[in-house]
Amino acid sequence: MPGQATVSFTVNGSGRTVEVWPMERLLDVLRNELGLPGAKEGCGEGECGACSILINGQVVNSCLMPALEADGATITTIEGLAADGRLDPVQEAFLHHGAAQCGICTPGMILAAVDLLARAPSPSDQEIQEGLAGNLCRCTGYIRIFDAVRGAYRRFP
Amino acid sequence: MPESLIGRAVRRKEGYEKVTGRARYVDDLVFPGLLHGTTVRSPAARGRIRGIRFGERVTWSEFVIVGAADIPGDNVVALIGDDQPMLARDNVNHVEEPVLLLAHPDKYRLEQARRAVEVDIESMPAIFSLDDSLAGREIVWGEDNVLKSFLLDKGNVDQAWAEAEILVEGEYSTGAQEQLYIEPQGMIAVANPQDGVTVWGSMQCPYYVHKALRRLFGLPDDKVRVVQAETGGGFGGKEEYPSLIAGHAALLAWKSGRPVKMIYDRAEDLAATTKRHPSRTRHRTGVARDGRLVAMDIEFVLDGGAYMTLSPVVLSRGTIHAAGPYHCPNVRIRSRAVATNTPPYGAFRGFGAPQSIFALERHMDKVARAAGLSPEELRRRNFLRPGQTTATGQVIREQLDLGALLDKGLLLSDYHAKRERFAAENPHRRNKKGIGFASFMHGAGFTGSGEAYLNSVVGVEATAEGAVRILAASAEMGQGARTVLCQIAADALGLPYEAVDMAPPDTALVPNSGPTVASRTAMVVGKLVESAALGLKQTLLDNGLVGESCSLEDFQRACAEHSRRFGPLRSYSRYQPPPGIQWDDVHYRGDAYGAYAWAVHVAEVTVDMTTCETRVDDFVAVQEVGRVLNPVLAAGQIEGGVAQAIGYALYEHVVWKNGRMENAQMTNYIIPTSADVPPIRVYFEEQPYAYGPAGAKGIGELPMDGAAPAILNAIENATGRSFTRVPLLPEAVMETC
Repeated sequence: MPGQATVSFTVNGSGRTVEVWPMERLLDVLRNELGLPGAKEGCGEGECGACSILINGQVVNSCLMPALEADGATITTIEGLAADGRLDPVQEAFLHHGAAQCGICTPGMILAAVDLLARAPSPSDQEIQEGLAGNLCRCTGYIRIFDAVRGAYRRFP
Repeated sequence: MPESLIGRAVRRKEGYEKVTGRARYVDDLVFPGLLHGTTVRSPAARGRIRGIRFGERVTWSEFVIVGAADIPGDNVVALIGDDQPMLARDNVNHVEEPVLLLAHPDKYRLEQARRAVEVDIESMPAIFSLDDSLAGREIVWGEDNVLKSFLLDKGNVDQAWAEAEILVEGEYSTGAQEQLYIEPQGMIAVANPQDGVTVWGSMQCPYYVHKALRRLFGLPDDKVRVVQAETGGGFGGKEEYPSLIAGHAALLAWKSGRPVKMIYDRAEDLAATTKRHPSRTRHRTGVARDGRLVAMDIEFVLDGGAYMTLSPVVLSRGTIHAAGPYHCPNVRIRSRAVATNTPPYGAFRGFGAPQSIFALERHMDKVARAAGLSPEELRRRNFLRPGQTTATGQVIREQLDLGALLDKGLLLSDYHAKRERFAAENPHRRNKKGIGFASFMHGAGFTGSGEAYLNSVVGVEATAEGAVRILAASAEMGQGARTVLCQIAADALGLPYEAVDMAPPDTALVPNSGPTVASRTAMVVGKLVESAALGLKQTLLDNGLVGESCSLEDFQRACAEHSRRFGPLRSYSRYQPPPGIQWDDVHYRGDAYGAYAWAVHVAEVTVDMTTCETRVDDFVAVQEVGRVLNPVLAAGQIEGGVAQAIGYALYEHVVWKNGRMENAQMTNYIIPTSADVPPIRVYFEEQPYAYGPAGAKGIGELPMDGAAPAILNAIENATGRSFTRVPLLPEAVMETC
């Protein structure tokens, strides 16, 4: 059995170095080694997006990514999105519009929305619908999530 | 007095934790020295267990192993019947039935070990269809495979056929549906003979789990403690199944003396846990010359799977809703839930009603055509009116105006103009457009005498500092229970929303306010919260500590004073049926529910005649739910329910093969994504209900009921083809091309 390897990356602004097994999932490293349980496991096969995180600013399913591949990357999880206790406008808009219900998809959904707004600062309705299609929600029917994304980019949540 | 909190879109209590990733779900909880637990399951649908073989390449001494013989109390999942074992002993009755439990500190080695266990089963003939079960091809449950039956008889159907000008028959069926909460099921247990059993987990009904653990371990009430962790969706799927996982985790913890965490992965959750009951409904309807319904003869059958679970009550609700919101003097509904060798079906939002309402609302369009009336005109002529009676003989005492609800739905969806336009344009278009609707109701709370039997209790307490806590076992699982119950209590006390919260959902701290199911929490538990809060206020009033109107500061001073003079300030309220409620359990007659929510849902679709795919382009949901407590949460309930119902209608197909779910993955069990949902336009009519808190009725399940028939009615309008089964996949549409 091959041994563990050392991986270094930046998580939510702090440099971290961890020993990981070759195929160990980044999701498990974040949750179990680094004490960051904000990313959730909903399916383990990259369908639901509950494990979404940002790697170098892009949204990624952390259940599909071996931790080894994150070497040198800059990672943002939901725990690191609010800067100095101030919520990101997307978080604020989710609260205002009631876009979080059970909350299990919410961390991933918010990060997917942040990624979408970074790519398309004022997305059309169709861009919002397609941009979030990798993140499943079973509670909201997505309607309030669309409202929150529109609210966030208009900066009046 | 501060402005009323009722009807205000206050923010969700736990919203901040949820948007910042701080909310702690069961898999996020950390316990020192924790073992992981897993379940060895039956590979066969039915048979006798000959033996269990442990593979040679595993060091079994490192593992905690629990079988049926290790159970200290009764080997049952205590619910309605005691037919389901916690672990199979001699026989198995469905694929994935739990046989053996394993625990180990290392999750990966645990999985290797699980795969190394072979359950040797001598197969017996199994049955998988309603017809095989009804025909008794094999008797797999009881004497005749019938888990439960009802006969609901109003007037005299046999004599009424003579009055009918037209007879219309139809058969309709619905498939299984997976709840697909995004958080898979899971539990953590700590258990030993000295302290008893404590579990933390994802669940809707802490006291159901509590009851199951008491029986399983033979422990008294105070030696079992159940704590609900933040719960990532339930939809009924976490009503009864969590009792099994809690029991399994606790058995492993009991034997090992260490905390045991048991979290299902998605494949196991899909393959092993409950789903919505498949159904078949046959209608025979007599209609007079003027379009009046004169007789409805309905046969409703559910597939209950291998054990009883909640099938009797699912069947009950489906039966009562089968004749819909229409007046008919002669109604006979014969219903049965029957056993097959599939994993047991269970609770799922709507609880039997989506099945029987699907059949009725498809059938009403067929009846309309046969009677030469438009779908809306037929319904209009038969809508229940005040003073008339439902199928159970319940008199409509509220100011019900279903015609106005229908008018609003048709107006807001531009129904008439679209019908005309689509009729003109469809012949010249490759893709056909259509619009259709369903009108329906959903009873809130437990059926008949169920609420009286539950005997729910809620407390409200205030600390010496004036912080108010609601004591109830009602679970927040996304629907907003914590928020609206706090609104109700704060409003009753005249305090700001921020002054009130719910106590942690922990059976050691809160009384049994009943299960978080049946659209009962806002209406029934909410009323108890309101009463208990008013009782608390009354105590302060009676002792001269506050006046009728008091500020938060006055209230805090009064609480401090009360604490000093009299000790803890706490008020309880116990369920009392609304006056005049009568229910006959033997003949299934009377007031089936304290209140109904009423709705008209309109769907507009495009059917792509090349790919045979259907897209829902627009959806209008008009409903009367009593007073709306929180407009954002209420609309969120409707939108989410409609999206699930769109999935039920068009996407969500459980593929069974010999009693095993073949597509137990999110890759091939498809639920609606953000790209699939139409605009869902939600409108509320508010008729305050006299016995609901601030006038509220139940809302949670209603939106699951109407979309499937509305969509298939729209597809018929678009294509001229009549489909009678959901899910309606493109393949089924293609077969008719």
